[in-house]
Amino acid sequence: MPAILNRLRPYAMIAPALVVFSLFYLYPIGYMIHLSFHDWNFISPVKTYVGLNNYREMLADDTFLQVLRNSALYTVMTVLLATGTALPLAIWLNRKSAFHAFVQGAIFSPHIISLVSISLLWSWLMDPEYGLLNGLLHLFGIGPLQWLNDPDTALISLVIVAVWKSLGYNTLVFIAGLQSIPPELLEAAALDRSKPWTTFRRLILPLLSPTLFFLVIINLIGSFQVFETIAIMTQGGPINSTNTLVYYIYEYGFRYFKIGYASAAGVILLFIVGALTLVYFRMLSRRVHYR
Amino acid sequence: MARIELIDVVKRFKGETVIPKLNLTIREGSFTVLVGPSGCGKSTTLRMIAGLERQTSGDIRIDGACVNDVEPGKRDVAMVFQNYALYPNMTVRGNIEFGLKNRGVPRPDRERLVRDICEIVGLTPHLDKKPHSLSGGQRQRVALARAMVKKPKVFILDEPLSNLDAKLRGQMRTELIELHRRLGATFVYVTHDQVEAMSMGDRIVVMNRGEVMQSAAPMELYNDPDNLFAAQFIGTPPMNVLPLSALPGLRTEGEGDPAFVGFRPEHARLAPESTELPRDGIVIAGEIATRESLGAEQVCKLRSDAGTFFVKSFLNPYSGGDFALAVVPCERLYFFDRDGSRLRRLRAVQPQLAAAGV
Repeated sequence: MPAILNRLRPYAMIAPALVVFSLFYLYPIGYMIHLSFHDWNFISPVKTYVGLNNYREMLADDTFLQVLRNSALYTVMTVLLATGTALPLAIWLNRKSAFHAFVQGAIFSPHIISLVSISLLWSWLMDPEYGLLNGLLHLFGIGPLQWLNDPDTALISLVIVAVWKSLGYNTLVFIAGLQSIPPELLEAAALDRSKPWTTFRRLILPLLSPTLFFLVIINLIGSFQVFETIAIMTQGGPINSTNTLVYYIYEYGFRYFKIGYASAAGVILLFIVGALTLVYFRMLSRRVHYR
Repeated sequence: MARIELIDVVKRFKGETVIPKLNLTIREGSFTVLVGPSGCGKSTTLRMIAGLERQTSGDIRIDGACVNDVEPGKRDVAMVFQNYALYPNMTVRGNIEFGLKNRGVPRPDRERLVRDICEIVGLTPHLDKKPHSLSGGQRQRVALARAMVKKPKVFILDEPLSNLDAKLRGQMRTELIELHRRLGATFVYVTHDQVEAMSMGDRIVVMNRGEVMQSAAPMELYNDPDNLFAAQFIGTPPMNVLPLSALPGLRTEGEGDPAFVGFRPEHARLAPESTELPRDGIVIAGEIATRESLGAEQVCKLRSDAGTFFVKSFLNPYSGGDFALAVVPCERLYFFDRDGSRLRRLRAVQPQLAAAGV
């Protein structure tokens, strides 16, 4: 009897977590997939089975294709800028002085501010008529830019906000990565007559690659799920130029009440994020972690 | 080969003086060991020679040329770090040739140099492996090879053996001595282990609190210490030191005001209580507290009125009772003044039995 109890014990231990996970993750995902094959308006007791119609309709929709393109563009720009600016910043900030500590704290602060506040703040800053940004640009004789009001600049404006918010976090993670490099390695490189650029390229960057990789994936997944800034600052406009996947799902689900169609878009998002996560875990296990 | 001179070198870290004033000459081609307890400034001294740390004031010269403003890579110095500091993302070959690449050594020369060095240190089968798949001893060899391949004038080794197990450490010790003989370069070696210092160095610099206590050849250091610190740092167990006042029968003649008397554990002899006392030395009666037998030698710890001390005997372990007499010949006694400085011009007068009872 005790043998059976022993074998059951681990399952009993993880049961609470499993219940929560099933109830709030597995079941909704399953239900979403189920709904994506139906037509439903949220209220009617009748769910009409339509097969793959929702998917067919979606892939034929130019707006949806633009939404995918927007999402990809937004993600690539955000990831490149967010990691590309955080690394030099981290190298500069990786020093022990009161000033550097202050700057570290300062650039991290956006990370803990709610996205809604940030969105409102930046809508203000980017206002074409009386915004601070145009005021500053005016000093240099540039402008006025339309920022969120111009389909050509709206998406990049959202990217700027996202980069601003994530910069502190990314920088902090990079600093942690830099500090995990033993100082003797850099001393050995100095004794080997390595120039600063060579040391960076041949030693620091390879040792930092797990950190870099982690940040790229985290930012990738996060960017694909962007919602708040768009909902508050642009509502996907102008002319769908900032309409991305999650916002698109929200609009169809909770404004047009086309739940089946929105669920189908949700399944597409699930696949994209799932694929990225899979790549992440694959690389994570194959990656050499230098210790 | 190069001579290294440190002239009036001072080092302060954030207002704390680590090295008050250091004057030290390391002879060219020597195997000089800096030894001392942790925090004595030996590693700092080493790092200043390598250029990894800048002295607060004073000059460092290598081969007569002042290197104060010369960056580490241009001092012609190679260093082996305590934890080896191998580049983890590079193969063994990559580690060894990194310095050569940075010097612009052409590829064929590089390959020949790497091949030759690996032959010497026995790394040839491992050239394409990464450091994490090597054993401690192999990593140590890579670190050595990386230093050797640059053919530096000065080798700097910062406790390179402390991460190895005892057996490997002994083996590497002899290999390093051979290596020094073969290369003929100046070796500066830091350790806190006096056995390592004695066995490897041809010159030993004993340091304490940033000051040189004594700089001498190993046997000179052992036989003729300058002060109490050097006397008690070298030897296992170290020199016994007793206050002179505890040995009322002992008379001295010569210059100086002695406060302490010292003798090496191996210079004392144990005799049973009943034996007739010799007339050529001092006798201290004591109770044997512990006996450690190490095969060829035996170390006894004795408690006496004069204080606790050790006696070490070779091949003929003392097998008598718990009370014994320790006999030390007069010419084996060392005298020190109140500040711990050695009084060389003082000697013991043939005693009328200088004894301290239990």
